[in-house]
Amino acid sequence: MYAPRTWEVDSLPSVDSNAIHTEGLRKVYGQRTAVRSLTLEVPRGEVFGFLGPNGAGKTTSMRMLLGLAAPTAGRALVLGRPAGAVTTRRRIGFLPEHFSFYDWLTAAELLRFHGRLYGMSPADLRRRTPALLDLVGLADHRDKPLRDFSKGMLQRVGLAQALLNDPELIFLDEPTSGLDPVGRRLVREVIKAQRERGATVFLNSHLLSEVEITCDRVAFLKQGEVLATRELRGAGEETLGICMRVRKLTEEVAKGLSPWASSVKAEGERLSFTVANGEVLPEILRFLVGRGVDVYEVTPQRTSLEELFLQIVGTDGGL
Amino acid sequence: MGAWVMAGITFREAARKRVLWMALAAGAAFLSLFATGLYFQMKDLNPHTNLLLKREGVGALLMVGLYAVDLMAVVMTVLTSVDTLSGELASGTIQAVATKPIPRWELLLGKWLGFVGMVTVYVTLMVGGITAVTYFMSLHSVGGVLPHHLLRGAALIWLECILMLSLTFRMGASFSTLTNGVVVLGLHGIAFIGGWIEQAAALTHSPRALNVGITASLIMPSEALWRRAVFEMQSPIVSTLGFSPFSAISVPSKFMILYACLYLALALALAVRRFSKRDL
Repeated sequence: MYAPRTWEVDSLPSVDSNAIHTEGLRKVYGQRTAVRSLTLEVPRGEVFGFLGPNGAGKTTSMRMLLGLAAPTAGRALVLGRPAGAVTTRRRIGFLPEHFSFYDWLTAAELLRFHGRLYGMSPADLRRRTPALLDLVGLADHRDKPLRDFSKGMLQRVGLAQALLNDPELIFLDEPTSGLDPVGRRLVREVIKAQRERGATVFLNSHLLSEVEITCDRVAFLKQGEVLATRELRGAGEETLGICMRVRKLTEEVAKGLSPWASSVKAEGERLSFTVANGEVLPEILRFLVGRGVDVYEVTPQRTSLEELFLQIVGTDGGL
Repeated sequence: MGAWVMAGITFREAARKRVLWMALAAGAAFLSLFATGLYFQMKDLNPHTNLLLKREGVGALLMVGLYAVDLMAVVMTVLTSVDTLSGELASGTIQAVATKPIPRWELLLGKWLGFVGMVTVYVTLMVGGITAVTYFMSLHSVGGVLPHHLLRGAALIWLECILMLSLTFRMGASFSTLTNGVVVLGLHGIAFIGGWIEQAAALTHSPRALNVGITASLIMPSEALWRRAVFEMQSPIVSTLGFSPFSAISVPSKFMILYACLYLALALALAVRRFSKRDL
């Protein structure tokens, strides 16, 4: 009975190698445009980070991909089918930002209920429930009602319900909000395990350090549009800034770095330069030490995701 | 399948609501009060009074009790179900369920069925309770009084509650909890006033006022179901006693019951339609 109104799929490929494929997805609430025009491709098997300042439209976009909200315009395919299709939902998992449910249910009952909505058999549920509770570190709390759970424990049980059906695509909306460092590490490990299993993970997050560790690729969203996407894996092959703390460096030796390095700058004990890749570093070190230079520190200067975020999105937070 | 899973959990959720237990406690208190009053009534009956009159007196008291049961059942139905959609929409609880492979119509119908189960238990307990109390307390002195057509009457009270439930679901798919409650109970108020106008009009033979009452019943047929229930349950003699909510001078026709059923089905269908199309 639930027929999305504006999703048209005729011009999109029927068998899509992408887990998610959107074209000009738009959502308007009255006078407010929540998502202006979202065009996005998320290849299968990738951990994809969806970044943006508050109000950039991240959660609204995710709700459209999940079929919770109907787009005002545009197209969205999820696992090759129109977003929100019941058959697709069988193959996805979703952890909402603030997971909550009837607080009188125990953790095990909650998983059984959600599992039954997935159409899982009682035998499957008997097998999956303890394994998942163990995975998220709640094995000892299986018979505790949710009202006695902390925010972090609720997120954990929410994560478990998102994995019940061994989903091909998992949506995680701010999964580490409310989690302590141990919980965050657990989420990272779960994401890693899902990637190894071949699942696609679509991650909304504010915590750039988390995204940097877990994601293969990120998209930067601002005012409902993707400004840029970046590969995070394989970044080591790109040009690399190096900063050193050295003593006894002469101008002549500094100039001698030119076969390997560019933009060489020496200021007091600080020596900085750029190399094509990190492979040349040992040679540079041998050269410097051979010329009598004392080397105290070598620090590669990768552009952090935070810097990249600020460069792309700007410092105004999109407001 | 999904609908039954939802129905099961909603029934358990509804059964845990404090308002249901309060309504049951109020029902129990009310039954005790009713039983005590009836006990003294039976004790103090003039032994020379005609048996038929005694039985009619007990029957009239039973109708008062059933009227209170009807009112409590309607209010309890609305209060327990008023936030099931709007509350879960506001808290986001519904999102984890609505992204599961279950169509939205099944989700809503499952929730509705869960409440239907809860309302059925409540109406059965309350109508059964008051009928049993009256019967056993009047057994010795007047040979036990029962409603004329108990099952028909109970079914109509149940139908009235399900009508209120379906309307609450329809409004809950669009409005906040508070607005929903105000709209649904407001409509029941219209039906209630309309019922009195219709009764008064029947007494004074005012066809125009009668039409006003009938129009109110068409806007909201809940009270008409109660008056039909009265007609089915009370003995034909009591109905001629006069003008009260537990007498039925102007009896809603069978078409009004049919109309109420259609109204209920339409409210539920529109609830499904709205819920299926709205953003969650």
